[in-house]
Amino acid sequence: MPERAKKESNPNFPSELLDLLAGNNELELQDVDILLDELQVLFQPGMMMAAPPAVAALKSAAKPTSLLDAPFTFPIQKYPGQVAEVTLGATKSEGGTRGKTVTIGGEKSPAFYTFESPTLNPPVVSFDVFDSKTALPKAVRNELGDAYQDPVSWSKFVVNKLGADMVTLHLVSIDPLNPKPATPAEAVRTVEDVLQAVDVPLVVGGCGDPEKDLAVFEKVTAACEGERLLISTITLDMDIEKSAKLVEKHGHVALAFSPMDLNQARELNRRLLEYLPKERIIMDTTTAALGYGLDYAFTIMERARLSGLMGDPELQQPMSSGTTNAWAAREAWKTLDPEWGDKNLRGPLWEVVTGLTLMLAGVDLFMMLHPAAVKTLRNVIKRLTTKTGTLDAEKIANWVSSTL
Amino acid sequence: MTDNQKGGLKQLSPIDIYSLLPKTNCKECGEDNCMAFATKLVNREVNVEQCTPLKDPKYKKNYAKLAEMLKPAVKEVTIGVGERAVKIGGKLVMYRHELTYTNPTAIAIDVTDEMTAEEISSRVNFTQDFSYIYIGNNLQLQMIAIRSTSNDAEKFKATVKKVSEQTDLPIILCSYDSAIVESGLMAIPKARPLLYAATKDNWKEMAELALMYNCPLVVSAPNDISLLRSLVKTMIAYGVEDVVLDPGTFANAGLGETINNFTMIRRAACNLGDELLAHPTLATPITAWTEPAQNATLTTWKEAQVAAMLVTRYADAMIIHAAEGWSLLPLTVLRQNIYTDPRKPVAVKAEMVAIGTPDENSPVLMTSNFALTYYTVAQDIESSGNSVYLIVVDSEGTAIDSGVAGRKMTAETIADAIKESGVEDKVKHRKLIIPGKAARLSGEIEELSKWDVMVGPQDSSGIAKFLQDKWK
Repeated sequence: MPERAKKESNPNFPSELLDLLAGNNELELQDVDILLDELQVLFQPGMMMAAPPAVAALKSAAKPTSLLDAPFTFPIQKYPGQVAEVTLGATKSEGGTRGKTVTIGGEKSPAFYTFESPTLNPPVVSFDVFDSKTALPKAVRNELGDAYQDPVSWSKFVVNKLGADMVTLHLVSIDPLNPKPATPAEAVRTVEDVLQAVDVPLVVGGCGDPEKDLAVFEKVTAACEGERLLISTITLDMDIEKSAKLVEKHGHVALAFSPMDLNQARELNRRLLEYLPKERIIMDTTTAALGYGLDYAFTIMERARLSGLMGDPELQQPMSSGTTNAWAAREAWKTLDPEWGDKNLRGPLWEVVTGLTLMLAGVDLFMMLHPAAVKTLRNVIKRLTTKTGTLDAEKIANWVSSTL
Repeated sequence: MTDNQKGGLKQLSPIDIYSLLPKTNCKECGEDNCMAFATKLVNREVNVEQCTPLKDPKYKKNYAKLAEMLKPAVKEVTIGVGERAVKIGGKLVMYRHELTYTNPTAIAIDVTDEMTAEEISSRVNFTQDFSYIYIGNNLQLQMIAIRSTSNDAEKFKATVKKVSEQTDLPIILCSYDSAIVESGLMAIPKARPLLYAATKDNWKEMAELALMYNCPLVVSAPNDISLLRSLVKTMIAYGVEDVVLDPGTFANAGLGETINNFTMIRRAACNLGDELLAHPTLATPITAWTEPAQNATLTTWKEAQVAAMLVTRYADAMIIHAAEGWSLLPLTVLRQNIYTDPRKPVAVKAEMVAIGTPDENSPVLMTSNFALTYYTVAQDIESSGNSVYLIVVDSEGTAIDSGVAGRKMTAETIADAIKESGVEDKVKHRKLIIPGKAARLSGEIEELSKWDVMVGPQDSSGIAKFLQDKWK
């Protein structure tokens, strides 16, 4: 049983990373942002742009003597398509039991082209929670303490302590390959326990076996009618009609998963759209880890988003990313030669960079694992979507002559 | 594509190119005929210089026309001289799937003229020796940025001299004071450093230096693209051709504007034919350090986020302060990913790999030589703690399912791979575990190879469980 790593006096010791990033002593994390807003940085105006010494100007007819004008107009474009808006979770008045709902999608421009159109719904991060013992990277276990022993305390920890907007409950226990696979009825109980424990919207994830997942989804969608769960995942090798009808009938949302192939993504969306309105489908075109296929994942997502905006009706769903897959990269979890630093820093940064890259391709919903990585992504999203007013260019120009 | 094309890549067709070629089909370029050469030119797989007849004076006009047509959307600029000179820019497209990206973002680490000799030396060595082998590529850092914090011309000159004696890496000279930059240039007059930076206040003096020493020059206008264009226009009129754009990097407030500025610049250059913005860009994630977090680890963390986003969003070069392996490794791997040619399936060598310490009773598995498949499978086996022989079959760089469906991976290729691997001398048994996605080849493989085939899991994450249950 790993205990929380003991704090060392060394200020760079990574176990402090999360505390520093998240301000864990704050129980209420309403987007507290100690990195930016609460840090009073005392600015030393350095040697700024001192007037250059006079140089004997070379008198030449050809050379301009003052700046030539060249005004810039923002290159704004209109797109015929728009990404669907999808709401997850339902409050009491909406037929569910959640304290709040989460809405994603609705883009009219490529990701963060805020010079064209503002970000209607900033991307959201959902914390991964597993319903049974899973091999977690040490860097993650260190941060979760004992919370990861069972899905209820794990969910409570990420919501109450870390301010999670959403939880993804992975029902790995139902896998037929387990010595004693959990039954659909047992899976329902786990989902209900987590719904009782936290009041954020929930993603319910299967084990990847198309038949077992469908059997479990059948029970879960009915038992949690009206909660607007995100049912993860519906794939091409499942009985699509049956699963889509379950999602539709009981008021949930489908997560359509395709294996890094735009044509399959289109086909799956097309088939789901026969039974579900576009406000009830999110697509996941597969996330590969940084260094292990992130380029494919990025380009498939970027192409999907651009095609959707250009009017392809089969690619206009918001996108979800299993960013936790970043931990599949050996550089994320392995102890490497000392020059590559502490894996407790390298690991979560691996997850951060994987997430940020896909965010720029258009991902709307991130499923993530390491608390510091989640905190960082949320922080960046906030920075990208906050209007700043006037920027102090001198402040940043200081980097040239400051002792940093 | 999303953007209206005004000139640039997408409008080129092989016919347009072909009509300007000599049409002699002389094969001197290595292609079968001029049409094949034209097709490769459109895809930038060959250079127009490879057409020897075109150099004949009678084709002078055509040659010039072709060179203009094939010009990249973003100008290419060379920094430094010799072996480790760096080319930045030269971009052909805005989105990598439109063709491919060229000239990976060049990363510079900074030193200052007030650091101790030891610190400078260790930072230069770190930058110069940085190396990580990843899928057969050596990930490296490219440049040293020397900043004048002393504002003392002699100190700066001495520092530049010291750095240049220690390394051949290209140098960026950083000061807004042209007298300081000039003193740095005196130490390395022929090294073609990048000069940082011309602003609305010092552009004339900087332009003179760039001309006198034949150096590329950064124009800087934080969050003001109109001023940036105006500076470029003025520099070009002044005679400075190798211009690099710094639209400002705001690591904290203003991050959104920063991403916007880089994006708008690249769109204007690639898709709107804006000649003034058709120059490489420089990002400065180092600005994260002007508003440090509680400690260096957190500031490094923030600098890395900003740098990663700007590798994806159109930075052709960047200056970074944290000389840390843990933050630079993900960044250089990301750069490698983003700059991989998306048109080429990534393949690894087809050979037999020993994972762990296999012996004559160890399992034998097979997979495809698609890099992604191979690394995932190898990773899953490695983390399972099993020792196995893994035969990597040449599937022309396709994944298992598409390889089997597209007949790029057949029972024949697998049987041949078993023979060639020498595995029959390594193990006593004759049991081959194949991926679940290749299940339908099992009978045929048994016939051709005389090995027993066991059909493994659909996904390599199931290998550990499979071996535990089935490998007795």
